[in-house]
Amino acid sequence: MPINTLVQNVRATPQHYSYPSIFIYGHRASGKSHVLHILMKELELPHAAVSCVECVSAALLYERVLTSFFGRSAASFLPRSPSLSEFVRLYRHQRSQSPAEQTRYIVMEKAELLRDADANLLPALLRLQELVDDNITVILLSEIVWEKFRPNTGCFEPLLLHFPDYSKGELQQILSTDSHPSYSAELYSSYINILLGVFYSVCRDLRELRHLAALNFNKFCEPLTEGKVKETETHKLWRNIEPHLKKAMQTVYIREVSSLQWEQMQQTEDEGGALRGLSAHTHVELPYYSKFLLIAAYLASYNPARTDKRFFVKHHGKIRKTNFLKKNEKTSNHLLGPKPFALDRLLAIFYSVVDSRVAPTASIFSQISSLVTLQLLTQISHTDQLDAPKYKCSISLDFISAVSRTVNFDIVKYLYDFL
Amino acid sequence: TCVHSFFQGCFVFKPSSKKRKTRSLGETCVNPKSKNITWIYVLLEVLQEELNKKILDSLLDFAKKCSTTRQHCDWASKMRANEIPTAALVLGVNVPDHDMTFQSLFDLLKHSVTPHVVSVQAKECGVLKHLLKRVLEGLMDVAVDDDDEEEMEQNPRSVHCSLSTLSDWYTAKTKVTATPGKKRNVQDEDEHHHHHQTPPVVIIFKDLEGFNPRVLQDFISICSRYIDRLPLMFIFGIATSPSTVQHMLPHSVSSLLCIELFQSLSCTQHLATVIDKLILTAQFPFKLNGKVMQVLISIFLYHDFSVRNFIKGLQLALLEHFHSQPLSILCCKKKEALLNVTLLSGRDLETVRQLPSFIRFVEKQEAGEQVKLMTDDDHLKEACQKLIKDLRKYHKSYYPVLRCLHTLTSLLPRYPLGKQIRELHLICLEKNVWENEDYQSAMKLLKMLAKDELITSLRKCSEILSSAKSKKMKKAFTELDELLAKFKHLDGKLEKINDIPSLTLCYKKIERLSPCRCHLPPPESQTLYEVCYYSSSATVRRHLNATPRTSIQTALSSPCFYLQNESLKNEDGTVSNSAPDICIAYKLHLECGRLINLYDWLEAYATVVSAAEGQDPDCDTFGKVDDVKHARFIRSVSELEFLGFIKSTRQKTDHVARLTWGGC
Repeated sequence: MPINTLVQNVRATPQHYSYPSIFIYGHRASGKSHVLHILMKELELPHAAVSCVECVSAALLYERVLTSFFGRSAASFLPRSPSLSEFVRLYRHQRSQSPAEQTRYIVMEKAELLRDADANLLPALLRLQELVDDNITVILLSEIVWEKFRPNTGCFEPLLLHFPDYSKGELQQILSTDSHPSYSAELYSSYINILLGVFYSVCRDLRELRHLAALNFNKFCEPLTEGKVKETETHKLWRNIEPHLKKAMQTVYIREVSSLQWEQMQQTEDEGGALRGLSAHTHVELPYYSKFLLIAAYLASYNPARTDKRFFVKHHGKIRKTNFLKKNEKTSNHLLGPKPFALDRLLAIFYSVVDSRVAPTASIFSQISSLVTLQLLTQISHTDQLDAPKYKCSISLDFISAVSRTVNFDIVKYLYDFL
Repeated sequence: TCVHSFFQGCFVFKPSSKKRKTRSLGETCVNPKSKNITWIYVLLEVLQEELNKKILDSLLDFAKKCSTTRQHCDWASKMRANEIPTAALVLGVNVPDHDMTFQSLFDLLKHSVTPHVVSVQAKECGVLKHLLKRVLEGLMDVAVDDDDEEEMEQNPRSVHCSLSTLSDWYTAKTKVTATPGKKRNVQDEDEHHHHHQTPPVVIIFKDLEGFNPRVLQDFISICSRYIDRLPLMFIFGIATSPSTVQHMLPHSVSSLLCIELFQSLSCTQHLATVIDKLILTAQFPFKLNGKVMQVLISIFLYHDFSVRNFIKGLQLALLEHFHSQPLSILCCKKKEALLNVTLLSGRDLETVRQLPSFIRFVEKQEAGEQVKLMTDDDHLKEACQKLIKDLRKYHKSYYPVLRCLHTLTSLLPRYPLGKQIRELHLICLEKNVWENEDYQSAMKLLKMLAKDELITSLRKCSEILSSAKSKKMKKAFTELDELLAKFKHLDGKLEKINDIPSLTLCYKKIERLSPCRCHLPPPESQTLYEVCYYSSSATVRRHLNATPRTSIQTALSSPCFYLQNESLKNEDGTVSNSAPDICIAYKLHLECGRLINLYDWLEAYATVVSAAEGQDPDCDTFGKVDDVKHARFIRSVSELEFLGFIKSTRQKTDHVARLTWGGC
């Protein structure tokens, strides 16, 4: 449907002015860029394809546009850090020399990034036709609906087009097109059918599905190459591949295991699951005092400062939790997330949790900053501020429990939440 | 770094290839001391290469494989072609060590895989533009235009900062390089063609954790748009754990990568290798005593996990030893040492006579010999030669025996003598190991060990001893071998008889082993050990594990310590009146409570300074505050504030709060 409208719009009468801007949205992998790309190529339309993620500055965008319409020499007239009006002026100048014989198109991918660009860029692009007085149409491609774009100052309303998600049947059709050259198309199609049966409930992303299809096809064909099964015996093939696909869902699909490793795993036929995913490696080895610094940071982040006396002073007397409770502290600190703390407090807690006497050497301080570079702590205050820096502890309870276990420190005893 | 640069300063050229290394030993070194230093330097370099060899090799293989699979045209790789091959290189938290690894990785890649390698660091790449700029500059070797600098003078060669520039450049580059290479034979050329036509473009992210996730995500998604034209490959340097990748990159981005994990050896394993190669060996005469070892190892374990810092510490100890110990001239290879003994001057010989270990040695001699040693220089030289030889023999047997003991005890439950050989080494350096309680219990446990385990560990021992060169060790080796043979012989019978004979045999075995103990006395018991052993642990600690707070306090409370000005010294150790202003202000502030009245402080300061100027105490102007004194006082107070001793308070405007306690 949207494609028809698009084609009609494009084909009608190329010499006539077209609608100034078209906004196309649809989920990932719903064919937006592909359709436009093919359309532009097949009809040989003059166009500039730009990805917004790539245009780190507006200058790059202007350069791309000018280069694709008027050649490299035109772009070289752009000054350093050109403004929008300079771009418009240059465009008008070039247009007067080579006016558009048919509609020119600017196709902008990932248009949602335009929202973070200069405030005048998006409104200007929407009515670029008017500004440069040329037969030009700007096509914006986005995964986000137009409502989220509309600036509050108002702007020209583009023509909206929606690319709906593919249905299961459409997915099946599209995926079947990349059939393996050495097997029949029917076989591949039935394979895709099985694949969709397993994955359709969790994933409708065409690119992902395609990736999975490519990865597991060899396994699917294994009984065929070994000569055990004929191509027509789909049921047997299904029995063979199904558990395998389920396993793939837990590993490759969430990129626990890379595709290369997955292929190797298939070849070696390692049943024991010797290959561990990325998230299986969470253990981090740290120097002894770093561990305690981390523990101290965790305690400082999750305990209210008032309770430090209760935990770290020897003869604190009996202070019950109920006496402490303030109204807002009834919720768990772990639900609220880490709180910032000052360096002094961190060191005070550190010296009371570490079991031996530690000299306040330079290496203790440098360990704090290396913990920051490792992203185990985050510095809240600006790095320029040398006086009384503030930190937050950015690790999970599981992580810190594992760390404290290695130094025989019972962290739960010291956490206010678990009293 | 100071140690490092010292080495570079010492020798005009840094030996780079092995061939040159051996030559440089003979040529550049006139002085035996410098010979020693070059030697350890070369050794360290080789060692470093060795340490990372395995992981670097596998990374290189990965890179080569990636560039070749790209050439394949089969269905599966075509379907996967839009993934960027990525190596996640987990290096551990010892960040200072990484630089070296990355440098050698960079060189190796450049040398054997592709000329297009660039490595980027997080701190240079706060925003996407800077990251792109770094990558482009690193690869294309041109100035990159990034629009926001003030340097308006247009560089004619500067290019736009975008990946399309890079891809254009790459296409141009590969077209040019594809033509040469006609002289090679066909097969070779074919291979080479594949390889060289499209060498991968490798981007190394040295510290992944430091990167802004947003920047990285954008960069990866841009790169994936060019993957069909530009054979990119990433290497992520990860310090913590591989799951960081998942924390930083959402699924939509990580699905663009094909990540393979490379885990390097843990840093403790690295340290073990370094210790094994540099310290537990008799071939290298320079040694550390127990305390210095302890300092270096505890800095490693408690503070930084950095092998590089450990090696730096070792280098520092080496320099200090040769610098401070005049007899270190004897700390070299056997032949030179014996030669150097004959060259010793009278003063050196006097130092020898005063060495504690030598005094102990003399006391054990007969009276006539004692006199001879103390008076006759030639006789002393002869004795020294013998002692040096003895020391060498001691080392030659010490290390193999230490290793044997370790192989035996490392099997025991709960490791009474330590899990790592360095722990055992430390125990042995400290005192007689056999007097240690843990040693006794280890021996008891050893007697209870299962026969199979005992035999395997004894086999290992005999392997260790077989490589030893000294006579004693050879003898021990043959004995052990005989014993093992007997064991084998008995093995057949053992099945029939009960366990009792095997037990008795074990006992016998242990008894046989015990003579080994006499090879493990601490080095302090050896005469002339001072020649080879560096023992000033305090120096090493002061240099490597600095305590800034203590240094500041020392500087303020006893300025003569750093200024080395005798006039500043008072008999009772207090600060003299003529000390620098800040010291006086500091001393006065120590006498105050939590809040310090600035005016009182100023008056006290003026009094002290007037006394220092030699004014007459009865004079009217004595202790009066003039402009100069006032200014000097304000300056020292603000310096103290800067150093964090005081801070201004909001409660009382004319008071400052004291931030430190003690030190009075």
